Amino acid sequence: MSEHMKLYEVFIRSRRGLDHKHVGSLHAEDPAQALEYARDVYTRRSEGVSIWVVNSSDIVASQEGDCESFYDPLDDKPYRHATHYQLPDEVNNM
Amino acid sequence: MNAANRHEAVLQYAVRLGDDALVLGHRLSEWCSNAPFLEEDLALTNVALDYIGRARMFYSYAAELSGDGRSEDSFAYLRDCREFTNLLLHELPRGDFAFTMARQYLVDEYALAFMEALLESADPQLAGIAAKAVKESRYHLRRSRDWMLRLGDGTEESHRRLQSAIDDLWGYTHELFELDELEQELVAAGIAVDSAALRPAWDAAVRATLDEATIAVPAGDWSVRGGRQGIHTESLGHLLSELQFMQRAYPGLEW
Repeated sequence: MSEHMKLYEVFIRSRRGLDHKHVGSLHAEDPAQALEYARDVYTRRSEGVSIWVVNSSDIVASQEGDCESFYDPLDDKPYRHATHYQLPDEVNNM
Repeated sequence: MNAANRHEAVLQYAVRLGDDALVLGHRLSEWCSNAPFLEEDLALTNVALDYIGRARMFYSYAAELSGDGRSEDSFAYLRDCREFTNLLLHELPRGDFAFTMARQYLVDEYALAFMEALLESADPQLAGIAAKAVKESRYHLRRSRDWMLRLGDGTEESHRRLQSAIDDLWGYTHELFELDELEQELVAAGIAVDSAALRPAWDAAVRATLDEATIAVPAGDWSVRGGRQGIHTESLGHLLSELQFMQRAYPGLEW
C-alpha cells in the first residue's frame, strides 16, 4: 500500500525556543494524515512540542555534482571566517 | 447502598472498565507487525498501549480497593472467561482492517463521551483515570473517524468492507448503553457514568460520520448482550488463552 502513498519529510521542534530539526520521513495519503503519523512514529517518547511535515517532492535539493561549483570557491577565502582576524586583547569574549 | 456494599461495587466497576480496556487493547495489539503499512502499524500499537495502560490503572485501583493482596496482574491473568465483564463489542476478533477501524470508531465515540462524564465522578481515583483517558481518546477518535471517511468514501472494495463491518458490529453497540443494577446504584451515588444518557449524542455523531462516509446505518433489528454478566462470545476464551498463557504455564513468572 505504501508504494502508492506520498513521501513526507518530518521536522520536529523538541523544545520551545529551538529550531525544527529534520528527524526522518514517512508515507501518508495526505498532509493531515502525515501529521498524525509523524506524531505516532517520531514523538512516542515526548520528543516534541511542534511538528512540521513537508511533501518530500517540494524540497529542492542541491546535487552531489554541484559540489565543486558550490563549495570549492569558498575554500580560498579564509577572511570570511571570524578566526582569520587577530582580535585586540581587550575583546576577550568572542 | 451501605459503605461496604459501595466499596465492593466500585471495585467491580473498576474491574469492568479495566476489562473493556484490556480486551480491546489486546485485540489492537494483534495488529503489531500485521498492519497494512509501517506507519499505521506504529499508530495502532500506540492506541493498543494506551488501552493497556488504561486497564492497568483501573485494575490497580481495583486491587487497592480489594485490600486482599490481589494485584493488577491477578485481574488480568488469573480470571477465566466468566469472570471477565467487558462489553462484548471489545472482544470480537479483529477481522480485517475495516472491521478493526469500524469497531474502534464506534468505541472511540463512546469512550470519549464516557470518559468526559467520568471526569465528574464523585470517586477521585476514577475521575483521575478519566482525566488521562480523555486526552488519549480525543486522539483515537480523530484517527478512527478519519479512517471511516477514507474507507467508506474510498474504493469500491474499502466501501464494501466497511459497510459489512458496520453491519456486523451494529447489534453489539446497544449493550454500551445499558446499565444493570450495580451501575444504576453507582450512578445514583454520583460515581458511575450514566451510559444510557450518552446514547442520543453518540447516535447523532455516529450517524453523521456514517453519512459522510457514504455508509448506510444498519436497520438495527438484532442485538447481543451479556458481557457485564460474564456471558461472552466464543472469541474471548481464545483471546485469554493467548493473553494469559505465560502466567498459566509458569505461575508467578516475572522478568
